[in-house]
Amino acid sequence: MAETQAASGALISIPALLARNARDMGDKAAYREKEFGIWQSWTWTETSEEIRALALGLLALGVAKGDYVAIIGRNRPALYWSMVAAQMCGAVPVPLYQDAVAEEMAYVLEHCGARFVIASDQEQVDKVIEIQEKVHCVEHIIYLDPRGLRKYDHTKLHALADVQAEGRAAHERMDKELDDRISAIGYDDTCVMLYTSGTTGRPKGVVLSNRNIIESAKASAEFDDLGPGEEVLAYLPMAWVGDFIFSIGQGFWTGFCVNCPEGESTMATDLREIGPTYYFAPPRVFETILTTVMIRMEDAGRFKKWLFDTFMAHARKVGPDLLDGKPVSAGDKFKYWLGNLFVYGPLKNTMGFSRVRVGYTAGEAIGPEIFDFYRSLGINLKQLYGQTEASVFITLQPDGEVRSDTVGVPGPGVEIRIDDSGEVFYRSPGVFVEYYKNPESTASTKDAEGWVATGDAGFIEEGTGHLRIIDRAKDVGKMADGRLFAPKYVENKLKFFPNILESVVFGNDRDYCTAFINIDLTAVGNWAERNNIAYASYQELAGHPKVLAAVQEHVEEVNRSVAEDEMLSGCQVHRFLVLHKELDADDGELTRTRKVRRRIIEEKFDDLIKALYDGSTSIYTETEVTYEDGRKGKITATLEIRDASVVDPGAKVAAE
Amino acid sequence: MTETSEGYTTADGRQIGGVLMEMKNITLRFGGVTAIKDISFDIREGEIRAIIGPNGAGKSSMLNVISGFYHPQEGEVWFHGSKRPAMKPYQVAQQGIARTFQNIALFEGMSVLNNVMTGRLTHMTTNMAQQAMWWGKAEREEVENREIVEKIIDFLEIQHIRKTPVSRLPYGLKKRVELARALAAEPKLLLLDEPMAGMNVEEKEDMSRFILDVNDEFGTTIALIEHDMGVVMDLSDRVVVMDYGKKIGDGTPDEVRNNQDVIDAYLGVAHD
Repeated sequence: MAETQAASGALISIPALLARNARDMGDKAAYREKEFGIWQSWTWTETSEEIRALALGLLALGVAKGDYVAIIGRNRPALYWSMVAAQMCGAVPVPLYQDAVAEEMAYVLEHCGARFVIASDQEQVDKVIEIQEKVHCVEHIIYLDPRGLRKYDHTKLHALADVQAEGRAAHERMDKELDDRISAIGYDDTCVMLYTSGTTGRPKGVVLSNRNIIESAKASAEFDDLGPGEEVLAYLPMAWVGDFIFSIGQGFWTGFCVNCPEGESTMATDLREIGPTYYFAPPRVFETILTTVMIRMEDAGRFKKWLFDTFMAHARKVGPDLLDGKPVSAGDKFKYWLGNLFVYGPLKNTMGFSRVRVGYTAGEAIGPEIFDFYRSLGINLKQLYGQTEASVFITLQPDGEVRSDTVGVPGPGVEIRIDDSGEVFYRSPGVFVEYYKNPESTASTKDAEGWVATGDAGFIEEGTGHLRIIDRAKDVGKMADGRLFAPKYVENKLKFFPNILESVVFGNDRDYCTAFINIDLTAVGNWAERNNIAYASYQELAGHPKVLAAVQEHVEEVNRSVAEDEMLSGCQVHRFLVLHKELDADDGELTRTRKVRRRIIEEKFDDLIKALYDGSTSIYTETEVTYEDGRKGKITATLEIRDASVVDPGAKVAAE
Repeated sequence: MTETSEGYTTADGRQIGGVLMEMKNITLRFGGVTAIKDISFDIREGEIRAIIGPNGAGKSSMLNVISGFYHPQEGEVWFHGSKRPAMKPYQVAQQGIARTFQNIALFEGMSVLNNVMTGRLTHMTTNMAQQAMWWGKAEREEVENREIVEKIIDFLEIQHIRKTPVSRLPYGLKKRVELARALAAEPKLLLLDEPMAGMNVEEKEDMSRFILDVNDEFGTTIALIEHDMGVVMDLSDRVVVMDYGKKIGDGTPDEVRNNQDVIDAYLGVAHD
């Protein structure tokens, strides 16, 4: 396709959108960042000037068309600008996860052959320098925060501000070249390359074109009526497709303002100060906020606690209906109004959700109680289902049709079909171009007609047309006696208990199911404190008999609930253990987006799984752990294995 | 290392300048007790200088002499090439010497931000009445100073506790706040009295990094007292060793480590 900037003058690239925004809403805030205790802001005109200076500087450094520019760091305006500046030069930005260890980073840098790396600070620069022996493609490293880098050898190292200054100085020489490069960008040229964390194997580079990003941004912005007045808080990893769509795609399309927090530890304060109108978070974040609120309410005075409990009960009763515009009696409305005055309003303000108009959660199933809690407060929290390969959006929940057990209807322009095996396929303008340097994977995921396999098993609910996801297709299996095995279904039920952070259920080709449980240190730690249970470490707390007893109760409750589903009643957990360490992405047990990597856990904890099935009541184990700086250590523990009572569905029927 | 009057180059390639402060034959007595006996040493511009020694060796007394809190009976203190007359601690502070304390001395009820702001007091010229009105010069002055303080807060990574009262902070963070307050004075010479006392390994690593960064970023000369030998040997360019009020060693960490007197003092040999 020969659609280019010059030919059509259309909005077919991010730099083109930038030019439009600078022209049409030049004085409107585009980016804000809290630094030195103050929110600093940049208008679209200023943003455009900063990005152009950086692009000119990159040209002067020798960025060529088709180069890959890696970007590593936390959400900061200058790093978002770097991505657009790279695009202006005809290069492809590749954002990386900032918490990746050097080894993971080496693979990605090598795979895309990045000539340039733009890193946020010394920590990231150190990682890139460390892997120089293995990765030879990196020619220049540009850093944002000069702290601690003064003494480094600067032959290949540049401060971002210096690069911009050089760009400004060289503008007369470079302007024409840059304009030529910008106007040469086509709609089907690569906009960004994102590495998927992948629950199995090596990460894959997903190539997304300008068409993918802009069409997806356009459609989703229309779906939720997003305009230039929205405020978002950019705090999710920049390497994740969602952040790219929200902070760049939709941000540039609608012209809304992207706010970057001061740092990870100030998130809660910054969220409250900004009060976003459009907010996205994975279920885990909502869970954590709810746990914090609940813990603090436990510590509140008796009157406050009563006030909270009374009005929350009322909110649960009528809140969701009010949000969906269903009829509610005048008395209930008045009580809700009172509740809003005393409880919901202040609570939403504390959480930073006062102004949220559209909130989304995705990535994992969210517990119905958690979901309902936020909705009953009047926060329009919805679910969506998406993938990197789809430029995020596959299905979304329209306003008024929100439920915790579905993921919504196909987004605008998205087609969905379920194949015979139950796997979900989709086709949309957002469908990725290819996996970089990996035609086999591309071919096995995307067929000639553009249908993409999600790898998830699900079905379309009759009547509503909503999609429901059961599990990862490849994780769904059969037990030894032929009954259906869907681990995710049980794991989610377990995870809905605040005490349980993570769980992994086993049972494929086995006689019965077993589980690993990870306790939630915040919730269980608080409970321990309340009950005068002393503990010195995570490991000690996780192995405490009282904790085990509490977890056992949760497991048995889940078993009762699972037994009610005839198809999945075989998935009840017969035996379980509480792990002595938290599953961690640094140890490869989770992906960077915190999804369980089943195969790796199965291999690594092989001894524990054996013990779960050989009837032993305790097991001694040694586990290798990786510290944040990449060093490795070992922890040892003796774990107790417990039996949980199960419900026999056959017996239940007979009794009735 | 070759030392000249202009300075020297450290093992890691840093340029150390000329003498910033020189202690000449200092003797300090409290009644009949001689805390410091005829000690001389110098601190050079840009270096990290450690004072070590067993308990009761007179290290803190030495630091108090430098900060003007104690006045030695004998000897001279030279700062910036001129002899320093007997001074009050606040006058010393105005000369560009700031310190932290072994036992944290912060304003417990005040927020971190306000505590650090107090470090700017020596740089403020408006009086109480002007500040109460907070108009014109007083306002401008506060904004300027706040900016400097915010840069230090950013530098020491304590943004998240900016508004937290100091009394609610754990020990390790209080130590960092104290360092922030000392830095806010933009000192030429920073005195740290046991900056790592009572810290765990991780906190010590953090604090060491901050000390090195401060030295690197602002070029601040640092004199520190520390018990943790590993930390001292890693951080400092030159070390003074004291024992029973006397100087028993002076030199690079390696030289000091191999000094027989120092080994004796630490491993314990009968004193005469």
